[in-house]
Amino acid sequence: MLRLQRRRWKLRAFRKRRELDGVKNRTAAIKPDDILLFCTFRNEGIRLPYFFEYYRKQGVDHFIMVNNGSTDGGDAYAAEQPDVSLWSTDASYGDARYGMDWLTYLQWRYGHGHWALTVDVDEFFVYPFCDTRPLAALGDWLDASDIRSFGALILDLYPQGPVSEAKYESGMDPLEIANWFDAGNYMISRNKRMRNLWIQGGARARAFFADTPEKAPALNKVPFVKWDRRYTYVSSTHMVLPRGLNLVYDQQGGEKTSGALLHAKFINTFGDRAKEEATRGEHYGDGHEYQQYADGAEADPNLWTKWSEQYLNWRQLEVLGLLSKGNWA
Amino acid sequence: MNVGVVILAHTALQRAEQAIRLWVGGGCPVVVHVDKKVDQKEYNAFVDALSDLDQVQFSKRHLCEWGTWGLVAATQEAAALLMDSHPELRHIYLASGACLPLRPVSELCDYLDARRETDFIESSTTEDVPWTVGGLDQERFTLRFPFSWRRHRRIFDFYVKIQQFARFKRRIPTGVVPHMGSQWWCLTRRTLSAILNDPKRPTYDRYFRKVWIPDESYFQTIARLHSTKIESRSLTLSKFDFQGKPHVFYNDHKALLRRSACFVARKIWPRADELYKIFPLPYNKPDEQVGPNPSSADRVFANAVDRRILGRPGLYMQSRYPTIDDEIGVTAAPYSVLQGFTEVIDDFEAWLSKTTGGGVVHGHLFAPDRAHFCDNSAIYTGGMSDHPTLRDYNPKMFLSNLIWNNRGKHQAFQFGPRDTQTINWMMAKDSNARISIVSGAWIISLFLAREEFSDLRKEAARLQKIEHAQLKILRSPFTKARVRVITLAEFVRSPMETLESIVDEISEQPHPRLAEAPTMVKLDGLGAFLQDLRNQGMHPFLTGEFPKNTDNVTSVQTQQKPYLVR
Repeated sequence: MLRLQRRRWKLRAFRKRRELDGVKNRTAAIKPDDILLFCTFRNEGIRLPYFFEYYRKQGVDHFIMVNNGSTDGGDAYAAEQPDVSLWSTDASYGDARYGMDWLTYLQWRYGHGHWALTVDVDEFFVYPFCDTRPLAALGDWLDASDIRSFGALILDLYPQGPVSEAKYESGMDPLEIANWFDAGNYMISRNKRMRNLWIQGGARARAFFADTPEKAPALNKVPFVKWDRRYTYVSSTHMVLPRGLNLVYDQQGGEKTSGALLHAKFINTFGDRAKEEATRGEHYGDGHEYQQYADGAEADPNLWTKWSEQYLNWRQLEVLGLLSKGNWA
Repeated sequence: MNVGVVILAHTALQRAEQAIRLWVGGGCPVVVHVDKKVDQKEYNAFVDALSDLDQVQFSKRHLCEWGTWGLVAATQEAAALLMDSHPELRHIYLASGACLPLRPVSELCDYLDARRETDFIESSTTEDVPWTVGGLDQERFTLRFPFSWRRHRRIFDFYVKIQQFARFKRRIPTGVVPHMGSQWWCLTRRTLSAILNDPKRPTYDRYFRKVWIPDESYFQTIARLHSTKIESRSLTLSKFDFQGKPHVFYNDHKALLRRSACFVARKIWPRADELYKIFPLPYNKPDEQVGPNPSSADRVFANAVDRRILGRPGLYMQSRYPTIDDEIGVTAAPYSVLQGFTEVIDDFEAWLSKTTGGGVVHGHLFAPDRAHFCDNSAIYTGGMSDHPTLRDYNPKMFLSNLIWNNRGKHQAFQFGPRDTQTINWMMAKDSNARISIVSGAWIISLFLAREEFSDLRKEAARLQKIEHAQLKILRSPFTKARVRVITLAEFVRSPMETLESIVDEISEQPHPRLAEAPTMVKLDGLGAFLQDLRNQGMHPFLTGEFPKNTDNVTSVQTQQKPYLVR
């Protein structure tokens, strides 16, 4: 059944390729061992400069991006970048499995044989030793260990005070204004069918979903994969098929190596975005999540508590048990 | 010069070239073997790049697949070539293209010069070496391994199974005692030529050709037959992980490598530019030679293996989710579950916290209205919410988070039959749980409520049923928690012994006799109330036997021992 589903998603992605218009294709410059980054964005122009800066520093060699109907000029900015290949579409994000169909096609076309990082523009990937070892070191080590996929927890970051007061400016590191997080309120269960862990919790679950925890957003992701053209992500990057790729955790008590995606969603652009996305209803569950944020005072929440932790570095996350070095030393 | 080097190069040939230049620069002649997997064009370029060095020779190329004979054959030929062309050599050092000399070659030469007769080769018998891949230790010498473990794992495993089933056993050549050890050795010319010129070498070679991972056993075994002085350790710092795969060194290992004072390290990540820039570094002082000391590096890598295999107990995360938590426990540290005490003792939580010198004593964490954290706050450590729906969505994670977030601070909380009961099994199977129960204590709040008797009766029956079910779980053979159950009647008669053991448990040290006794709730008339319930047909059997007239029951101090379930 899962094989059928995988075929179906692939076929669908192949069909949806027609929705993509090539804007700038620099993929000929991709070398065999290059690390690729796949990303869909919409009206994120303000975030793009730092996004590129961060991932270039981590050692991403080429960005493969889809612009979904931006009106803020972010697409033009991205197209100018020498290491970006850009496609564009005005089709529905929701109908394209929240952008996954487009990326699945591009991954099939360009990702085969590469380590591929799939993230959103507001997600910053950290992993053990990321301050001293580039992504290629992680990729090489995973290759040598016969590991094909790498798991990460989405860690929601927020400012100390109302979100609207965390004023973000283009080019700025969002962690300068929003660097607090919840360290120990994550709830995990196992999805037997897809074999992935289902992680919920963090600031979003306690602040927005305390009454309806089953609807709290999933925080488990498999963002870094040695791509093969047979693979496909299922629901955002929470799950990937074949399902063996979701086994990024140890079941006998040991710790596998894992990372975190620092999620800098809660900055001053958040309130407007929540309202816009709630009306658009293009996100998962018809934008239920955004509906929840946009309601009343919650469009400008203050997520900070006296138990919030301030982000320092990956070693702090390791001590807190939010990522693990595993066997990588 | 007294030392020659054999280099086995596989990938990252530019780095291999860099290492070779270091060796030659230090005056050592080098014979290079390049894996046959490297394509001819790349090989030619490599040979050209080194053509300016007349101390470098290339030996005949073999296909070197991990764990196969090719590596040994390559080493044999390269070593023979090296010794033939340089009769002055006293020691031969085996290194790879991913090896980096950490100290000047001259320091290695001095070190070996002072130990002219010593063979440095890690070599121990299979009984003593636990690091084996695939669970094969002795069997790697008694079975045949014609298939590649890397490329044809299934056929490999299947063929091993068949041989095990058929009780197949190869005969080990006479005189040979299998030894294993690090592939990277440094042998004296005398020992090495004795190995290569051994009249029985064809027999040995034929045998080892089908042994699994012969590069870790051929020289290690045969050297035992010829050497006069073996020092069983490698001069190359090379660490292996739990899968038998070498750890790689990166820029951030600079300090660790430096501290190790080893002569050579393997494997260096080809793009660790900084390491290639700063090493080799001199260690010797004018009047003192410094020997290798890899113990701190050993510790770092041993920790990595522990983390990968055992992990941190009580941690649930994206890369650790034990599905065998019945066996290994669900929490990080001991904690106390207290049931019924708040009913019998006035302001029990405050008293306990004070008596234990500021112990963390929560209220009913699993109460229906909310989680009553010790400071009565809505958000507690780690961002845990007091919201009951959120807590009951995954009570197991709620508890394991609480204990994980407060490692180092003993947690105690109240529990009772009015609380969420779904975590009973989890606590029962958790060897960190210390559960103390005054059974039937829930009756007191009903007794004090003075409500409609028929409602009380119904509620009493409900609570008794819940507590009874809980006690049944705690008495099951699967229970690993430390459980202490005492009936209300017994507790009222002699409370101090139970309280003392709880205080000891929380303060985690033996405590002097309790200075201040807690104030007990007045229970005058409870005996009569219980009798009334009995008369109505509801038998409160969990409370124990109260005399009908309980007016001065608290003054009766008989030495009743609480019974331990486990």
